[in-house]
Amino acid sequence: MKKTDIKTQESSGEEIRNGMKRRNFVKLLGGGIFIFFQPLDIFDLKDSVLPQGRSLTKDYNAFLQIAGDGTVSCFTGKIEMGQGVITSLAQMMADELNVPLEKVKMVMGDTDLCPYDAGTWGSQTTQTFGPAMRAAAAEARSILIDLAASKLGVPASQLEVKDGFVVDTKNPGKSLSYGSLANGKKLERYLDVKPAVEDYSKFTYVGKSYKHSDARLKVTGQAKYTGDLKIPGMVFARILRPPSHGAKLSTVDVSGAEAIKGTQVVRDGDFIAVLHENRDKADEAIVKIKAEFTFNELKVNDKNMYDRMVGADSRVNVLRTTGDMAAGSEQSDKIFESEFLDPYLAHTSIETHTALAKLEGDKMTVWAATQSPFGLQDNISREMGFPLEKVRIITPFVGGGFGGKAPAQQGVEAARLAKMSGKPVMVVWTRDEEFFYDTFHPAGVVRIKSGIDKSGLIKLWDYSLYYGGSRGSDTIYDVPNARTTAYSQNMNATAIHPFGTGAWRAPNNNANTFARESQIDIMAAAAGMDPLEFRLKNLKDQKMIACWKAVADKFGYVPAKAPGGRGIGMACGTDAGTWVAMIAEIKVDKSTGKVKVVRVACAQDMGLCVNPQGALIQMEGCIQMALGYTLTEEVMFEGGNIKDRGFDTYEIPRFSWTPKMDCVILDRKDQPPKGGGEPALITVGAAVGNAIFDATGARVYRMPMTPARILEAMKKA
Amino acid sequence: MEEKIRFTLNGKKTEITTEPNQTLLWVLRNQLGLTGTKYGCGTGFCGACTVLINREPSRSCMLPVSDVAGKNVVTIEGLSRNGKLHPVQQAFVDHDALQCGYCTPGMIMTAAGMLLKNPSLTREQIIEGLENNLCRCGAHTRIIDAVETAAKEMQGGK
Repeated sequence: MKKTDIKTQESSGEEIRNGMKRRNFVKLLGGGIFIFFQPLDIFDLKDSVLPQGRSLTKDYNAFLQIAGDGTVSCFTGKIEMGQGVITSLAQMMADELNVPLEKVKMVMGDTDLCPYDAGTWGSQTTQTFGPAMRAAAAEARSILIDLAASKLGVPASQLEVKDGFVVDTKNPGKSLSYGSLANGKKLERYLDVKPAVEDYSKFTYVGKSYKHSDARLKVTGQAKYTGDLKIPGMVFARILRPPSHGAKLSTVDVSGAEAIKGTQVVRDGDFIAVLHENRDKADEAIVKIKAEFTFNELKVNDKNMYDRMVGADSRVNVLRTTGDMAAGSEQSDKIFESEFLDPYLAHTSIETHTALAKLEGDKMTVWAATQSPFGLQDNISREMGFPLEKVRIITPFVGGGFGGKAPAQQGVEAARLAKMSGKPVMVVWTRDEEFFYDTFHPAGVVRIKSGIDKSGLIKLWDYSLYYGGSRGSDTIYDVPNARTTAYSQNMNATAIHPFGTGAWRAPNNNANTFARESQIDIMAAAAGMDPLEFRLKNLKDQKMIACWKAVADKFGYVPAKAPGGRGIGMACGTDAGTWVAMIAEIKVDKSTGKVKVVRVACAQDMGLCVNPQGALIQMEGCIQMALGYTLTEEVMFEGGNIKDRGFDTYEIPRFSWTPKMDCVILDRKDQPPKGGGEPALITVGAAVGNAIFDATGARVYRMPMTPARILEAMKKA
Repeated sequence: MEEKIRFTLNGKKTEITTEPNQTLLWVLRNQLGLTGTKYGCGTGFCGACTVLINREPSRSCMLPVSDVAGKNVVTIEGLSRNGKLHPVQQAFVDHDALQCGYCTPGMIMTAAGMLLKNPSLTREQIIEGLENNLCRCGAHTRIIDAVETAAKEMQGGK
């Protein structure tokens, strides 16, 4: 880290935005050396709408503490939900500070202890947070050296750091531990960090594989998730829910619930809940409430929704354009027009939305399964009128998120119930509630008009996406005449999505990649070319080309035109700054239409890979999870009624689906780290769809590619 | 009406007073403080609540606690002995066979139960035996590897 990039200032005890003075962090944590730092680019954030009462201009999003016992703690609003940053961030810190890995502790997602962070999503933690954290660690190192220099009476240039000690290079017997230097100090520094690309060759921990540091806790059942907490006087809540979105409560009779011993019924308008110290009793009580609802059902359902989208009065936004569409048509020898359909998807973390709330005096503490502890703090503050500093969110281990726990409605519910009842209240959503209130991956339509010349060069690319989200809609290929147009909700028009939608792992990139890479395959087949040869002919992006070479090598790819009956398909894309290329081999049972994905090879350029094993696990997880949106997952609904309410009808990937996986991460130590939690998910749908075409000659334009849709496509082929 | 129910829990004789229709899952979690057994769906579809009852992997979320009277129940907390991890637990750590970790106890209990019955499971049998345990993070390939390793370990007489 270049020293000139760092400005430091002594503590000023200035107010920070969640209402707590920075000094209060220090007070809460006792003594030591504190480095406050700023992992987010403030200039990017200035344009975004900030939650009430917060301004980010002088905010510091994280800090690290070196305590008197030598423990190095990093305090961040990020959370751990299985993606492994609790390990990879600690590795980065251990390296930069030169301390043994076991001395590093991550303190995550506690709004009282950790400074503001918007949330854990978008594969951002390693790429944006990591470098800033390392810069802070570098500053801590220089402070330790300065302190040791004055204690030992030698020039700082003579000192170096090693395994948690500052050592005198001329007199190796003389050394001071970090703990002894930090002990009794209250030293604070504030960094405005501009992380630079660094020399990664010096690192000890970064770039090496480490297993999940929390594994032992998780295999013994000791890891505490929100639902595992219990505090004196705690009761379980079940909340009365409407049968469908948009239904309004008309009459209610709670006497049946009240008749169950130990049950308390609380009510605030339409918000009605039963409370009981035993969960089963709360379950028993809630169904005893007799409630009637009025409906104003929408006419939309999972069958007509696509027509509604393309026919709607939409806001039209040209995202990218190069060249000229008319010229592109003229230069093309063949023109192809396709429409691709993508459904709503549910997140279905195995841990449902869970929260425990406790009101003590005027302070509300909520433990919650959330990807955004500060977002939940905002919501409770806004909806219940608590000042921010009177709301504390603590995030225990989170049992999966995938974007679904960015909203944390259950936390607000628990807080309201704790206030209404005066008791600590645990809310554990049932699986039914989890489906009903999910913020689904939005459905969408993609239409592509494209053209190639006689030599197989793409000359036209006119890409329109309706309501699905634009992530991953980049053309990627080298096309002289290309346009991307997004059709989205017009604020004055009828709402297109009949219920909540939100980010679902690599939000909508899978749908855009499915559309683009299917269309590329359609053109390759029409050009009579091997699909890989066709792609390489039309690509100039060197990183993508390198990924293709790596994956073809890993797969042992033998070129052939499709359909060739082999069941081999491929796709590429970019997500979260990472490049990914994939080749899949499948088998189709031509009598039933059932697909078995046999093997998937995947190559990824994610810049410097901090924890290769952790990154491989994320790639494998992405591939496995993606089999669901590819083959089975779609939320069925009629008006506001969600028909899929459990794992009986909404089918997620199982063990028998697991293909052989060959994943490779390109060696890019010279590049800054990029996101790894989502990219390998985006290419599976397209690669499998293209493999179905290769196997059968039939193309499926709609996900998921169910046996019925495959059989139907085979009839048309 | 509440009644006394006696069973063996993780090797210890246990007596609880509860209504007999309360589910084993919530009695374990709420009354006995054993929170390693997880709630995932409440309808027996996901397997996060799996425990061993008389050595048989069983879903605790729909099971009335009175059903385990006189039986031998083992939860994830009772699997390791004197701080030494059970071979399945150790293999999960060695293979990094977990991500968020929420389905992990149910996976481990299911695998441990399968191996009690037949320590020489083939890879295909492992896949079949775990088929109805759900994991959303996608740790499947490593879980299969881990159970295969544990099977080999247990056949070695450990």
